[in-house]
Amino acid sequence: MDDLLSEFLTETSEGLAVLDVELVKLEQNPNDQELLSNIFRLMHTIKGTCGFLGLPRLESVAHAGENVLGKIREGGLEVSPTAVSLILECLDQIRSILEILESTEAEPEGEDADLIARLNAFAEGGNVESGGGEPAEAEVAVVEEEPVVEDEPVAEAASETEAISEDTAEDTQAEEPIELAAAEPAPVAETATAPEPKAAAANPKAATGEAKEVTESAVANQSIRVNVELLENLMTMVSELVLTRNQLLQILRGQKDSEFAAPLQRLNHVVSELQEGVMKTRMQPIGNAWAKLPRIIRDLSIELDKKIDLVMKGAETELDRQVLELIKDPLTHMVRNSADHGLETTAGRIEAGKPETGKVILNAYHEGGHIIIQISDDGRGLPLDVIKGKVIANGLATEAELETMTEQQIQRFIFKAGFSTAAKVTSVSGRGVGMDVVRTNIEKIGGTVELTSTEGKGTSFTIKIPLTLAIVSALIVECAGQRFAIPQLSVLELVRASAHSENSIERINDTPVLRLRNRLLPLVNLRNLMKLQKPDGPESQQTNDVAVEDEAEVAQIAADPAPQGLNEGFIVVSQVGSYTFGIIVDRVFDTEEIVVKPVARIMRDNQMFSGNTILGDGSVVMILDPNGIAAATGEVELAEESSEIMNERHATRGEETVAMLVFRAGGKSPKAVPLALVARLEEVDLSKVEVSNGQQVVQYRGQLMPLVQVIGDEKLGTEGRQPVLVFTDRDRTMGLAVDEIIDIVEEPLNVELTSKEVGYVGSAVINGNATDIVDVAHFLTLAFKDWFGEDGSDSYGDETHSRLLLVDDSPFFRNLLQPLLSVAGYDVTCSASASEALARCDAGESFDVIISDIEMPGMSGFEFAEAVKKDSRWSKVPMVALSSFATQKDLARGRAVGFQDYVAKSDRDALLSSLHEALADIRGAA
Amino acid sequence: MTQANAAASEPAHPLHSDATQEFVTFTIADQLFGIPVLKVQDVLSSYQITRIPLAPPEIMGSLNLRGRVVTAIDMRARLGLPPRSDGGECMSIVAEHEHELYSLVVDTVGEVLAMSAATFDRNPPTLGSKFRAVSDGIYRLDEKLLVVLDVNRLLDYGREPAALT
Repeated sequence: MDDLLSEFLTETSEGLAVLDVELVKLEQNPNDQELLSNIFRLMHTIKGTCGFLGLPRLESVAHAGENVLGKIREGGLEVSPTAVSLILECLDQIRSILEILESTEAEPEGEDADLIARLNAFAEGGNVESGGGEPAEAEVAVVEEEPVVEDEPVAEAASETEAISEDTAEDTQAEEPIELAAAEPAPVAETATAPEPKAAAANPKAATGEAKEVTESAVANQSIRVNVELLENLMTMVSELVLTRNQLLQILRGQKDSEFAAPLQRLNHVVSELQEGVMKTRMQPIGNAWAKLPRIIRDLSIELDKKIDLVMKGAETELDRQVLELIKDPLTHMVRNSADHGLETTAGRIEAGKPETGKVILNAYHEGGHIIIQISDDGRGLPLDVIKGKVIANGLATEAELETMTEQQIQRFIFKAGFSTAAKVTSVSGRGVGMDVVRTNIEKIGGTVELTSTEGKGTSFTIKIPLTLAIVSALIVECAGQRFAIPQLSVLELVRASAHSENSIERINDTPVLRLRNRLLPLVNLRNLMKLQKPDGPESQQTNDVAVEDEAEVAQIAADPAPQGLNEGFIVVSQVGSYTFGIIVDRVFDTEEIVVKPVARIMRDNQMFSGNTILGDGSVVMILDPNGIAAATGEVELAEESSEIMNERHATRGEETVAMLVFRAGGKSPKAVPLALVARLEEVDLSKVEVSNGQQVVQYRGQLMPLVQVIGDEKLGTEGRQPVLVFTDRDRTMGLAVDEIIDIVEEPLNVELTSKEVGYVGSAVINGNATDIVDVAHFLTLAFKDWFGEDGSDSYGDETHSRLLLVDDSPFFRNLLQPLLSVAGYDVTCSASASEALARCDAGESFDVIISDIEMPGMSGFEFAEAVKKDSRWSKVPMVALSSFATQKDLARGRAVGFQDYVAKSDRDALLSSLHEALADIRGAA
Repeated sequence: MTQANAAASEPAHPLHSDATQEFVTFTIADQLFGIPVLKVQDVLSSYQITRIPLAPPEIMGSLNLRGRVVTAIDMRARLGLPPRSDGGECMSIVAEHEHELYSLVVDTVGEVLAMSAATFDRNPPTLGSKFRAVSDGIYRLDEKLLVVLDVNRLLDYGREPAALT
């Protein structure tokens, strides 16, 4: 059954049950206004929901009942047993219709005109029984203003009909009751002067007794309503339980072979499940927050004279009700905005060659502990020029500053306060209090909002918010002997800063900054911010060095002793919205799941703390609020440069990262080779270097290894130790002498490949420095003239001159893999895309094996494999998938579409052996 | 909460009651104080307190009491008394105020005493304002005087001006 319908049934059944009781109470205390209003409200709600769900028959009955109640409430009628019976009868009718509705999921055919007529007659005159009971009111009431505040469209229609009937009544034309079709929302009222005798038959039955007989609704019994407060309490208790469990587990970690291990493990599982279960009770489909949107869009489309289609996807996606409440308004606002600002008028759309009906798409889905909500429209997009004009007009930036900004940076101005691009203020939007509030609200709950927009194509907002606020994962840091928690959500990365490493803290007029990958990262020192003093002695280094595990990065740095000195420490790079900054702390511990507890009232004014919590070891720590810190340290507004980071991060998502070995060898600028190509790093004793055949060699693992230098022919020294990068291939080994090995860096690379210089593939920015990428193949041939020679006798064997097609969109990877594969004896052809590769197929080229990347723009590797395997000349050619991310799922999918194997890009040996196998297979099969 | 409300939520004032009332007694700088026993949740001896940076001076920090975070208040600072010089262990009394727990850090906690209304006196008008603001009155003991602390007013931060009137 439809969720909405079943909820309606539950709610209405409850409402009816309450009404039964309340009406009887009212009969006993006819003057209880509060009771009466409550009854009226309940009835009104039932009517309203019926109307909302498009159940006209129910609605008309409920409306008639409400009408009577309305009159009573205004004092036009008195509470009499007759009135109560009549209303109870009305309830019974509603109940019986509901029953059918529940079993058939449709409103039954039929009509209730008789009942409605009697109800209306009563409402008009209060004298259903002309002969008895109350004195008939002599005149037709000139009916008072409709008291009911109508808010459902159908209901409005109903009151209109009624208004007509009132007119009729004023003309004092006695009319016979007209039986209307059931679908008609309201019948024509009778005048009081013509009471119908049949109405008299209505009442004296014991309606309450009847009600008891009605079978209870099955649907209504399947769910119960629980006070939210109760749930919140449960949640708090469970949170405590989780904390206690964590405490226990931590004690357990310190004790080997404890007899508590097994029961604690069980407790662990039970608590986790309990936590999950309780969380679930707080979960609500996001559709609940969307429920009003169709109506809003409908009204908008009428008001603005636009044709708007609202598409809602993923309405069943669940999130914590606390979060749901908080995003409801921002969401509504954004959808309004999309419909109002985003979409063009119908005429405008036709002119732009778009379909008349504009689309606003809402999409929600889960992504790793977050819920992502996208609001996109296919409208005009953000008009850059208009924004620019506004920016300048509002003095937010100068023209010169704008010149240097990217489109996206300019677009982000719409999140600034007082910014509206709507040419005129409509009743809908354009008041300039909008997107900044939206952004603030979303950031308040640890979410982010991003936007992409193409002029003429549309705008898309992506909101990312945590699933729940109750339990968060936090990084525990220490400063001046005191620990703090920083919500993991706002932590981007950790950087170890020391005077001797790449990352040293520099100062501009005492303001600390850090160079981080081509950018200047503003830093705040937690010590100064919190006005902390250095601990007096080492003992103030509390006893609770949390056991570090899991987080490799954390473990790595936490293993080091706490650095001392002004310029040393760890930098927690945090992000608030689009503003990125670093917080300097002394030490970094573990990440822990923490339960956020509110700060004591006394401290509530302090923006720096979002709460406090109890750690696994039982101590209380304050939770730092990066939002507050950002605000307190001055940078509240969007940092313009920070959107670069966003871009960077976007780019990271799209591009593969590659591990590069950075070294220095001749010349100032650092050089790098892909780490995958390097077999080992060695240091050779220069005194052992010999010269053979004009070539410097060293004995290495029972072989002579030629030593090649990156620059020039100058001979190596004769003493000391020489760092060497060792490249091996089969039985050959070559050493590349370098001055110093600097680092291994993993980051996305954009290689300028236009190097004319021999020995270099090109250059790239690594770690903020222009770095030459060394062409390994060149040096290999220097060491062994025949490394790529024709003579393939010493290769794997059959692979020599196996023709290999490499499909990868990244020029860097093509250039990385090509020498690697050539070295291994393949005849390599490269294609930059799947479609290019397929063109080669059509052109009649043939290959022995295909290696394909998976993540490619346009046709993905999976689709490519499907296309190849389906019907092409290459359907028999073995294929190997190559990807940066090889999960089990990917593997399965890869196999399913026809890849022989699935190899991680960085795994050189796996790739070669996989190729070998693929070729062996095909030969075996042949 | 207004002054009137605050007063209404308090237990029956000792003046209007003939019955005896029980107080948890404690000393701060050799002065005897008392808090109605029903207001006291717990009495703690030394406890690990986490400092809260940027907090007002009388906030010593927070501590974990069976999974609840308790804010520790340095009563000496709160009452404008000099910090303790004898270096002895502090004790604290835990009281709840508007659904939050506070731990009042005092010098020593004594026994629970039953006080008869007959020995009650109003605050002497000459009492210093800091004391007067949080004191409900004085009980005359044989050897000492006991100052009754009003927990609500003591912990009603930010509403102090109102409490002074």
